[in-house]
Amino acid sequence: MPTVSVGRDRLFEALGRTYTQEEFEELCFKFGIELDDVTTEKAIIRKEKHLEEDEVSGDDEIIYKIDVPANRYDLLCLEGLSQALRVFNGLEPIPEYKVAGIDEASMLKMHVKPETSQIRPYVVCAVLRGITFDEVRYNSFIDLQDRLHHNICRRRTLVAIGTHDLDSIEGPFTYEALPPREIKFVPLKQTREFAADELMEFYRSDQKLKKFLHIIENSPVFPVIYDRNRTVLSLPPIINGAHSAITLKTKNVFIECTATDLTKANVVLNTMVTMFSMYCKNKFEVEPVKVIYPDGKSHCYPDLSLYQMEVPLSYATSIVGVDLPGNEVASLLMKMQLHVEESASRDNVVVSVPPTRSDILHPCDVAEDVAIAYGYNAIPKRIPSSLSPFLLNQFGDLMRSEIAMAGFSEVLNWILCSHKENFTMLNRKDDKKTAVINGNPRSADFEVVRTSLMPGILKTAGHNKDHPKPIKIFEVGDVVLLDESRDVGARNQRQCAALYCGANSGFELIHGLVDRIMEVTGTAFEETPGDNTGYYIKASDEPEFLSGRQADIIYKGKKIGTFGIVHPEVLKNFDIPDPCSFVELNLESFL
Amino acid sequence: MKKVTTDLTRENIANWKELVLKEYNFKANGSTIQCGHLHPLNKVKRQVGMIFQQMGFEEKPANANSYVESSFWNFDVLFQPQQHPARDAHDTFFLKNPSTAKTLHEHKEYLEKDKYYSVDRVFMNESVDRTHLAEFHQIEGVICGKGLSLGHLLGVLEEFFSRMGMSSKLRLKPAFNLYMEPNMEIFSYHEGFKKWVEVGNSGMFRPEMLRSMGFPEDVRAIAWGLSLDGPTMIRYGVNNIRDLFGHKVDLKLIEKNPICGIRLQGTDPDAYDLNFLVQTY
Repeated sequence: MPTVSVGRDRLFEALGRTYTQEEFEELCFKFGIELDDVTTEKAIIRKEKHLEEDEVSGDDEIIYKIDVPANRYDLLCLEGLSQALRVFNGLEPIPEYKVAGIDEASMLKMHVKPETSQIRPYVVCAVLRGITFDEVRYNSFIDLQDRLHHNICRRRTLVAIGTHDLDSIEGPFTYEALPPREIKFVPLKQTREFAADELMEFYRSDQKLKKFLHIIENSPVFPVIYDRNRTVLSLPPIINGAHSAITLKTKNVFIECTATDLTKANVVLNTMVTMFSMYCKNKFEVEPVKVIYPDGKSHCYPDLSLYQMEVPLSYATSIVGVDLPGNEVASLLMKMQLHVEESASRDNVVVSVPPTRSDILHPCDVAEDVAIAYGYNAIPKRIPSSLSPFLLNQFGDLMRSEIAMAGFSEVLNWILCSHKENFTMLNRKDDKKTAVINGNPRSADFEVVRTSLMPGILKTAGHNKDHPKPIKIFEVGDVVLLDESRDVGARNQRQCAALYCGANSGFELIHGLVDRIMEVTGTAFEETPGDNTGYYIKASDEPEFLSGRQADIIYKGKKIGTFGIVHPEVLKNFDIPDPCSFVELNLESFL
Repeated sequence: MKKVTTDLTRENIANWKELVLKEYNFKANGSTIQCGHLHPLNKVKRQVGMIFQQMGFEEKPANANSYVESSFWNFDVLFQPQQHPARDAHDTFFLKNPSTAKTLHEHKEYLEKDKYYSVDRVFMNESVDRTHLAEFHQIEGVICGKGLSLGHLLGVLEEFFSRMGMSSKLRLKPAFNLYMEPNMEIFSYHEGFKKWVEVGNSGMFRPEMLRSMGFPEDVRAIAWGLSLDGPTMIRYGVNNIRDLFGHKVDLKLIEKNPICGIRLQGTDPDAYDLNFLVQTY
């Protein structure tokens, strides 16, 4: 992203008000540029030369370094940037650039010689007449050329810009390509004459210019521009002649852009003349130059005509995602310097793209500007279709993985069981208020819908007596509990249970699993039981567990489960000869 | 003088240059790893869920996660006449408590959004044998929308089976189901058995049913129910459903089975099913 340095105070003056840094950042954000750094010229010099504060003399003016999009060449200088923001803020209409109407005979001419096709075939020119420079404008004019050279001109390979004091030279001009030895002139910043081949050697040690030499140095002919008196204007893309150099006093500027890419040459010329025609006597007016090619074809530059683009209204608004009428789209585009013609059709807008907006290539670029002017952050949000996870199942699956990682193997038991497995075999009584009872079971195995995972897990342990000890198994699954508040009179509840069976009870290991479950659910141990910040364990008295080795798990003040050594009578009922510890808790409590 | 040792230890590591390691028996297995395991059915269930999610289906547990279902949703909505044999006590669990015409749900579809799936437990009041249990797992899916055809049904099923790494050779057999028209049973060609086996049921919901639920004229719904247990038995070479699911499972089966989901080297998709059928535990 190119960065443009502009004086803060001059920018604010151009914008007709001052901003706090925050306000200006907000404006940049909306428009799509970014205040990258706030500095001073003094600080920049100090940083470059690694000097101490008092060693530097220089301006204390505050400089804003602003990042601009790489396709907006019209924002590469203070002039273009402030104008775009003025129009965006509604302070000013879109400027109308004009080519001065002068007759053919008095128009300046540039004759192109056929040899140029060997090295750099195109040239486009224009004149800024009656311009007023001051130091700041002059520096901006030079800086803009540098930035264009760096960006769109691809380090002068595609386009090179030469600017000249028109009053020091005399048309018609010729664009030629000659053997280097034959080109002799005093280049800019030098005092003696050089032949072009000698000059190339001379610049080999020039930090700035040496990187452009490769563009022409291997060519038998070098491009060169002369005036009618054989004064060398420039040796593109390397250097201008000293003779025609512009100064603060220059009134009339001749601009030539030589190129290998004609489209880019036009963009560059248009950018130069539109940005600086604001300082001309006739504001926004540019004097044309006729370029005549060897085949007799001629073209007048610059071409500042508006480019008409028809954009379906629905296309632009549907991209933005806001339904806007044509007149509103028109006034939004106006803020982005895109003029909209009165349109005969209600379904289309006809956009006039000014020469400053070479980035507008397709209706989608227009749609983008509608969106920027509307405000990206004012667009109502919509969510494309997406999938939502089923939270309980997702949580259950995560817990299953955690418990398996803790070394337990998963079992999957039936939801239906016999009445005695669910009650008497666990030393429990049926209070008739808990379990769903089947009316027509085909066998005793399906009498009751389980209210606990315990009978299934104990049955599994009983059937695996021959399995090497210890057995560590777990299940995550639903139990069904009577619930009068539900239309069907019952509800599912997702439980998690685990069993240890070995030579000893494994009570502490099951206790450790409870702690691990709390750890992975991010539940703290309550140092002061009852403060409801996490969980604690409290001695319990349930018939299925051995008295003295069983406890309730209290989570945020609520009992969510119990663990303990399984009562020897219960173990006997399930035909398990070895001691077991068991935990069961309600997983839904965590959600 | 070099010392012969069986292992590198904390005590001898400093003198490793003087050690000679005794030859290791690479023909014996390594030590048994102490670790936890996930149940094979749940491994397949997870894979099924992932495939449906990748195909844009949202998980929606049947009846908002309740096994107890009213007769209205279990039968009436599904066009089951009052005298239909399925309402008889033979197939359905009717409950004594709670008592007002409650059943354990058999089949339930959701028709609110556009694509849903569920893999859940269903109940059938029937005798248990090596392939049937009173409880089993059903993979259900429904797509609701305009312009749906039987072509979409076939396409989705074929894609699902192919992503499961199973034979995607499918064909549909005309069948009869009260709430579906057209209605078809799904058969898959089993490369191992060299024959077509039924893998599920499917069809389009009757328009009367959709209209009565408030759907517009042009909306159709295609749906299917597939077994989870069947493909799992095939995948893990289990011949008796009771060896896989329920308390009579041998824990060794849970401990020793491969991952589900990624086709491993050397498991060519056609030979694959057969491979696991001949594997013994």
